[in-house]
Amino acid sequence: MRKVYIQSDNIVSSLGITSEENFNALVDNSTGVKMNYTGNIYKELPLSLIDKEAFIKKSESSIRNFQSYTFFEQIMIWSAVDALSKVNIDASSDRTIFVISTTKGNIDNLKTKEGRQSDNYKLWYSAKRVCDYFSNNNEAVVVSNACVSGVMAVNTAAQLLQTGAFDHAVVIGADVVSDFVIAGFMSFMALSPKPCKPFDDNRDGLSLGEAAGCLVLSTEEHSDIAIIGGANANDANHISGPSRTAEGLYLAIESSMKEARITASDIDYVSAHGTATMYNDEMESIALNRHGLQQTPVNSFKGYWGHTLGASGIIEIVASIKSMENKLLIKSLGFDEKNNGEQINVISKNITKEVNIVLKTAAGFGGANSSIILKKY
Amino acid sequence: MEELKNKLKAQIIEALNLEDVEVEDISNSDALFGDGLGLDSIDALELIVLLEREYGIKMDDAAEGKTILQSVNSMAEYIQLKKA
Amino acid sequence: MGVEVVSYIRIKDHKAWINGEALNLDFSAMSFLKAIYKDLGLKYPKFYKMDELSKLGFIASEMLLQNNNVKSIINDFKQDKIGVILQNSDSTIDVDSNFYDSILDEQKHFPSPALFVYTLPNIVLGEISIRNKFKGENALFVFQKYNMTFGVDYINSLFENNKIEACVGGWFNANSENYDAFLYFAKGTNKQENAHTVDNISKIYK
Repeated sequence: MRKVYIQSDNIVSSLGITSEENFNALVDNSTGVKMNYTGNIYKELPLSLIDKEAFIKKSESSIRNFQSYTFFEQIMIWSAVDALSKVNIDASSDRTIFVISTTKGNIDNLKTKEGRQSDNYKLWYSAKRVCDYFSNNNEAVVVSNACVSGVMAVNTAAQLLQTGAFDHAVVIGADVVSDFVIAGFMSFMALSPKPCKPFDDNRDGLSLGEAAGCLVLSTEEHSDIAIIGGANANDANHISGPSRTAEGLYLAIESSMKEARITASDIDYVSAHGTATMYNDEMESIALNRHGLQQTPVNSFKGYWGHTLGASGIIEIVASIKSMENKLLIKSLGFDEKNNGEQINVISKNITKEVNIVLKTAAGFGGANSSIILKKY
Repeated sequence: MEELKNKLKAQIIEALNLEDVEVEDISNSDALFGDGLGLDSIDALELIVLLEREYGIKMDDAAEGKTILQSVNSMAEYIQLKKA
Repeated sequence: MGVEVVSYIRIKDHKAWINGEALNLDFSAMSFLKAIYKDLGLKYPKFYKMDELSKLGFIASEMLLQNNNVKSIINDFKQDKIGVILQNSDSTIDVDSNFYDSILDEQKHFPSPALFVYTLPNIVLGEISIRNKFKGENALFVFQKYNMTFGVDYINSLFENNKIEACVGGWFNANSENYDAFLYFAKGTNKQENAHTVDNISKIYK
């Protein structure tokens, strides 16, 4: 089996348009989740929004025909342009595959009748625009599996590289905040009126955010960070509520560890999904407990970026890589009180620590669960 | 009150796509969730939307829903209370 | 160790086939998908709560899994080793449009959670998994058209990595104009016949 290395990365979010800007903000424990006006219907909500003016100012000159792309496409292209600029990988090669993670893509195009009649809204269409930008002729793989899309996209790319189907992969995850998504989560009573508090006893829902992230993977070019295991599993329990026994996530972690040939005690740190809904965080705690990971440091980055849906898995993997490289685990923002549920070791302030093996988890609607294991050499 | 309850039953059947269930099949005191009609958490949220859309009653606290959405009786009582 | 295709089904242009044999359906009094539901003798009220895309994927999976070729062997596999790996093109366009219509008007703003949950194309994987207690690898990919090469290679690689022992694979798509589903059941084997290859899949996907 060929080893898959992570070559390069990028994050575009409320906290900046490079991985470095974003990680610096995480180190400072400063959040991008702010009270934002969202229009007539919901007035004010805590959201993590990209500063559009600043983004355009910094990225416009680096992207050809910038104006011809939607904001969703612009952040995806910028994320890949920036990540690819740091490595010597030919994005146009037929040995390079693009894997795109998104839940709702250009959903705002559906607001108008014309938008509904055009292909612009379709996920494969946005993916094709990104491939065309980089002159890549392979058909992009679009992963759309609710909140696990990001982690699953990286798992998919790794799988394609391991088997030798391709040598390099550009994995991009993105979603933008829209009335559509706000109304949907509102109808589930899943949004907190205040910035979210993952794993805290007083958590009362998630905060939405928008972001794009990119990971460049390769089996040919080596680096210090490799993907050593990954898996996806279903709860087979309910289409919206997490399993009470955390069955799917437990199985996904188990299968990932098996592939990585490690045991739970080898894991130095867990980057959890941690959406700050009552049920998700409880379910994740149960999964970690079932694997004996009570003492392993765990955090959620949702307090910094909110839940960025299709981007979340990717940008949280990037942050985990930066934690490994900088030997610094980031405080789980929003976690103030004790967690009186299942016992887990939530990181309450930044910790300097040698981190060699990271477990990243995600769970979402449809009973979907994904996990991935990274190793630093 | 009986009229309200029957109207409510018809609305529940429509809103929750309860195919093959008739108004007469639902008794006023039957538990809507669990063993009763076999409704789940999404149905509960959908009933909260129904109360808002059809009766203008806004329920912000999902926990409150547990007792209110127990049966057609408890829903009708809640509607009367709010409308009084 | 290879992978073989055990059974396959197709739904297209108001016709349905199991292993190439057409079902004889009367759908004059009801929707086509409901006619299949009745024909299979199903009693699963949740079916009526699903959006059209999930109904299509679900009913296609029932046709596939209730047929004897599969039913007689399904218990040979561990639940967490049965995968569901599907592809789709239009994602959830119809229900997306309906949901948007329900929120655009400020005065009549009643977003429905039952509608919103179906605005995710992977929900049908959950529906199929719940019905059959499948807990293995799950993925929903979006391509313009059925990408057979990707589908076959990806599923074979999951077998190769011992992540699955059996799998529901294929394609399902629905929009306001038409729907189309092609699902198959594959399992690990030592035999040469009906191998899970692009060649063989393209022969049964017509």
